[in-house]
Parts: sequence; structure tokens; C-alpha cells
Amino acid sequence: MKTSIRVNDTTHELSVDSRLTLLDALRDVLGLTGTKKGCDQGACGACTVIIEGQRVLSCLTLAAACEGQHVVTIEGLATGDELHPMQAAFLHCDGFQCGYCTPGQILSAVCAVQEVHAGVPSHVTRDVRQAVNSATLTDAEIRERMSGNLCRCAAYPNIVAAVRQVLANEVRS
Amino acid sequence: MNAFTFERLARATDAASAVAARPGAMFLAGGTTLVDLMKIDVLTPDTVVDVRLLGLSSIDVSDDAIAIGAAVTNSQVAWHPVVRDRFPVLSEAILSGATTQIRNMATVAGNILQRTRCPYFRDVHASCNRRQPGSSCDALDGFNRGHAVLGVSEHCIATHPSDMCVAMIVLDADVHTVRADGTTRSIPFRDFHLAPGDTPHVEVALEHGELITHIVISNLPAARRSHYLKVRDRASYEFALASAAVVLDLDGDTIRTARLGLGGIATRPWRATEAERSLTGRKASDAAFRDAAEIALAGAVAREHNQFKIELAKRTIVRVFALARDASL
Repeated sequence: MKTSIRVNDTTHELSVDSRLTLLDALRDVLGLTGTKKGCDQGACGACTVIIEGQRVLSCLTLAAACEGQHVVTIEGLATGDELHPMQAAFLHCDGFQCGYCTPGQILSAVCAVQEVHAGVPSHVTRDVRQAVNSATLTDAEIRERMSGNLCRCAAYPNIVAAVRQVLANEVRS
Repeated sequence: MNAFTFERLARATDAASAVAARPGAMFLAGGTTLVDLMKIDVLTPDTVVDVRLLGLSSIDVSDDAIAIGAAVTNSQVAWHPVVRDRFPVLSEAILSGATTQIRNMATVAGNILQRTRCPYFRDVHASCNRRQPGSSCDALDGFNRGHAVLGVSEHCIATHPSDMCVAMIVLDADVHTVRADGTTRSIPFRDFHLAPGDTPHVEVALEHGELITHIVISNLPAARRSHYLKVRDRASYEFALASAAVVLDLDGDTIRTARLGLGGIATRPWRATEAERSLTGRKASDAAFRDAAEIALAGAVAREHNQFKIELAKRTIVRVFALARDASL
């Protein structure tokens, strides 16, 4: 079947099998292998991409269901040679070891920061009626908000540090 | 994955007709259950009808109720300022489940219709009356640590996995649907999910092709003092071993009315009405809550590995009521 998907600001007209996931479409059809296949069953977060501004799992998304939607992958995050602040923070904080989960971690973290700035609560927010404040966000909040991305190298402390660095820099600026 | 025809339609009745016309057709919303189960051949629809572009994606707030479209995502509900303010238990329940990525995909209707996480249901080589009627149940004498102790039958002990539904049942939500012929109806939440009984494969009170359009929650001023508590094996991204949703209406330290919903321990979203009645007029003490917990679990039936859930659920009930009582509003 035919579908049209916009990926990193480029529209692709695709002829796909209805069974094709967005993950396989990105990797095998479009050659965008930055998005990783980990568990392929919605458990690990390695395949995280951003669709219409929201972080989602591309392994549980049918490519055909993405008709007309805008997908951002790790390849679309930098501006030319200038890294996105979250990419730079992961480098600065050494937020990875093997790197396999890193594209998903970074895309998830970009959205997590946006959600914090929007003030929305998480499971560990004491009172869901109150907006969260990025300046006083606890590490427990960051960990909860990033719990959809597993890292088998257990680089978690440095991932938390990277998210915290981006939050702190944005609060300062 | 079996081959299927993918359809995307623009009107709810067209989507209902498309599914109603084919026994092997299913609705697709966020895909977090359906695509997952299609990959492991537990669900094998021949037609998949995408329902996310039917105009069922808004949250409409009025003075006396809130109407949540079927295709609204779990995140949109949990993060909505009016939900957080009027029905904190609903926001808390949703936020306790899965991860942000999954909540961004999963829809309200899809959450209500999500399937059990019973490992025998998810394994096509195992026997499961829910997946294959009459094939028997491998969970009864298998690894049943995560299984239900309330609402069980000799044919199925699968736990209903939803957190959101526990809040929905305690808030007496109504599920609104449309059928292919355009007729609509409203199903009270407590009548929506069916205990397994002799027909575990019949899980909900919907006809084939009947489409959920929206959920309505009437205002409940007491729900400002409401809370959801979830106990699980790890701090995040895990299904409940036991969970409880409460609404507590206090007059000083006396209980006017209490509502209690239970999750993680029952075959369907569970409302403990007798336990609720026992609290009316009592002092909001831990002793009263413990008495209610004993009533709520009086009918519990454990198997080899899930006996611990009965006491765990009782303590969860006492704790969640105490947290709701002690919350400063």
C-alpha cells in the first residue's frame, strides 16, 4: 500500500507492506539506521522517535499509520555540524558506553525536558495539581521520566547528569 | 505477523461498519497492545481499521462533567489541568503505568480494551481459555505469581493489567459507543468488563464492530480527595502486584462516603462496594480502613504463587486510604 511520511523535514512517498513498522521503514527502507531495534516489542525504548512532537516507540507503530505525520529521528536533531544541546550534554557527561540505546535516550530526553518546561507531572510528582518546576526538579523525577529507555551498560547516572545539565543551561539562559 | 488489510476511515460509523462486516477485523488505535500481540501471533486480524482520525481526539470540559474522546492519548488525559484538578486519582493512575513513550501512543479506549499480560495468554504454545476457548488454563497450576485472586474462575485467573481502569471504575465513568447502524449507547464502567466465568474469551460488553467514541466522567467534588497507590516489583515501568484507587469524602475525621477500586489482583477492574459501605459514618482511622480491607479481600482465592497478594492488597488499601485522609487540600 502507498503511504506518505515526512521524516526530518523530508517527505517520502513509500509503497509498503501493511505489516511494516515505522522502525523497519526508517532503517530498511529509508536507510536511517540511527534508530535502533532493541527488543522490538515495546519494552526497551531503543527505537524511540518523535512523532508530531511526542516521543513514541517506532517498533509498535505501523508505517501505514504514520501517513501525513512528521517523524524526527536522531539524524534530524543536529543543525548541520552543530549538535543539539542534548547530544552535546550526552558527550560532555559521558552519558553512554556502547551507544546502542543512545539515540533513543537522547530523543526521549529532548522530549522529557520539553515536558518539564510544560510543567506536566510524572508518577513521582508529589501533587499532580501543581506544575513541576525545572529549577527544582529532583533526580527521581528525571529517572522516572526516562524510565522508558533501558541502558544495559547502566550509564544511568551520567544520563541523568546530561538531562540535568540541559535543564540547568536552559534555566540559566 | 499475519498479513492484513489496513484501512483508515474518516467517520466513526464507517469504521464500525468496516469491522462489523468482517469477523476477523479489529480496530487499531495506539497499537501498544494490538501491534505487540500481532507480532507474536496472539492476535491475527485480517483487517485493521485505524480509528485515530475519526474526530474522537478532544477532551471537552463542562461544569458538570468531562468527556474524553476515545482516541485521546493516556498522556493527554494525565497531563490535562482539569483532570489533575478534579480527578487527581485518574491522573495518578495513568502516570503510574508504562512509560511516557507508551502513554503518548496508547489511547483511552485502547487502555480500556487492553489485554491481559498473563504469560500463557501471550504464548501461542501454551493453553489459554482466553486466547483459545476450551484449551484449558496453564496458569492455574503454572507460574501464577502475578495472577488474580478476585473474580477468578476455574477457567481463567488472568489479571486485568490497567491502572487507568481502576480510577475509571472508582469515578463511575460511562463508556459511550456507536454501532455500524449509527445507534449509540452508554455502558457504566462497572458493567463494561466481564469476569471470566465459563467464557474467559468474552472480556467486555461490546458487540463485534461496536466502537468506543468517548468516556464521560461526571463531576464528583469528593474526588479532589482521591488517590491511587500502586505496589510493584520495581519503582517504574511495571505492572501492579496490587493497586488501589480511593475517593474519600470526609466530614472532619468522619467518613461520609468512601469509594474503593482495586487493580493488579482481579480479573477485571474491581470495585469493592461492600468495603466502601462498611466505612460510611466511621472515623477515618487505620482500624476502619483495615476492616474495610478485610471485607474487600474476603472472597479472595489464591493459587500456589500468589497467596502474598491477599495481604499485600489489604495493606495497600489501608495505606492509600491513610494517604488520602492525610493529604492537605
